[in-house]
Amino acid sequence: MNHKKRILLTGVLLASAVVSGLLIYTRANAVPVERVIHITAKNFQFNPDSISLKKGEPVVFEISSGDRKHGFSLRAFGVRTDVLPGKVSRIRLTPDKTGKFTFSCDVFCGDGHEEMTGTVIVTE
Amino acid sequence: MNKFDRRGFIKLAGLGGGIVFASSLGRGFGLNALGSVVDYANAKVENDFYFVQLSDTHWGFAGPKVNPDAEGTLKKAVKAVNSLEVQPDFIVFTGDLTHTTDDVQVRKDRMSQFKDIVGGLKVPTVHFMAGEHDASLDRGDAYQEAFGKLNYTFDHKGVHFIVVDNVSDPGAIVGESQLNWLKADLKQQKTDARIVVLTHRPLFDLYPDWDWSTKDGAAVIDALMPHKNVTVFYGHIHQENHHMTGHIAHHSAKSLMFPLPAPGSVPKKSPVPWDTSAPYKGLGLRSIEAEPKQAKYEIKELNVTGA
Repeated sequence: MNHKKRILLTGVLLASAVVSGLLIYTRANAVPVERVIHITAKNFQFNPDSISLKKGEPVVFEISSGDRKHGFSLRAFGVRTDVLPGKVSRIRLTPDKTGKFTFSCDVFCGDGHEEMTGTVIVTE
Repeated sequence: MNKFDRRGFIKLAGLGGGIVFASSLGRGFGLNALGSVVDYANAKVENDFYFVQLSDTHWGFAGPKVNPDAEGTLKKAVKAVNSLEVQPDFIVFTGDLTHTTDDVQVRKDRMSQFKDIVGGLKVPTVHFMAGEHDASLDRGDAYQEAFGKLNYTFDHKGVHFIVVDNVSDPGAIVGESQLNWLKADLKQQKTDARIVVLTHRPLFDLYPDWDWSTKDGAAVIDALMPHKNVTVFYGHIHQENHHMTGHIAHHSAKSLMFPLPAPGSVPKKSPVPWDTSAPYKGLGLRSIEAEPKQAKYEIKELNVTGA
């Protein structure tokens, strides 16, 4: 192997090492991909009103209103937000426990407000 | 007329119901059967008085499966109060006078109709407060036009009454401004003053998933805590509930339109259907005998049907 070929081979090996290292670093530090769950609050109902999640799975609720101001409260995980017409409200959550948990509208919105609830079901 | 005579009159009026003896002197409260002996030895009868609490009348509600006498129940309650031979010193309505509506004019009409009906009460002094059905959709505009202030105080025979508004903000918040008003008012009261708080929602977290709480209610309770003799009467949950936060007793009242299930007892909070075998079951009003000297309140639950 002549001198030129040896330099070229060394260069290729070095470049491969750098690329592999970068890939490993990126993978190790990557932000987990969040599952986006769209929820609409309208006419005193949440749609969907039953949401299945996996424990440890990061999700983002994107909640919008189809009519008026509502609230979205999932007390078991200590999260809530106002839900305003024309805006998307986001709640990030990684469930750390399993079970059935109620979410509800916590901003009085009219006749039907009392029954404006849904369920989050978290499984292993 | 002493309290024993008053109780007799209530019985004569045919208004059955249980009695709760409520004290804020550190002994808590206990449930007693009708006729239980209570130590009145130290009470000065001439300072005692009683008032009547009505709540959650939801005038304008329509739902025959829940209350086929939606237009008659409030009128029956007025008649029941008027039939008490010894009339109370005053009457309080702890919110949800009317059922909610998006239509501003209908809201105003319901309030006007409600006022006409309760205008038939013999007792001249009536203290109103708002519920979320009255005030949350317009931040209390129509309510204030019809009934006046959302939060206020009044004094009666040695008891300081504070009306706290936890409904005109649709987010169930008392708010910083009202909290400051409350703290300033409490500053004027001695720590052993007899204080009664009247409000609509529970000030503690009774069952927040059903909206049975006040988001900043803990701040209200914190402000009240230095005062030794505080009792809270409220509505909203359409049933009796008795709870202590430290030395402060909280008593919720029944509705005069429909009962609601016990907290968390069913997956969805919905009105309890009308029981044809027991009409008006779960509905009612109450008399509250105040003994300021002992900071004691005797609650008697009254049915609607006796009237």
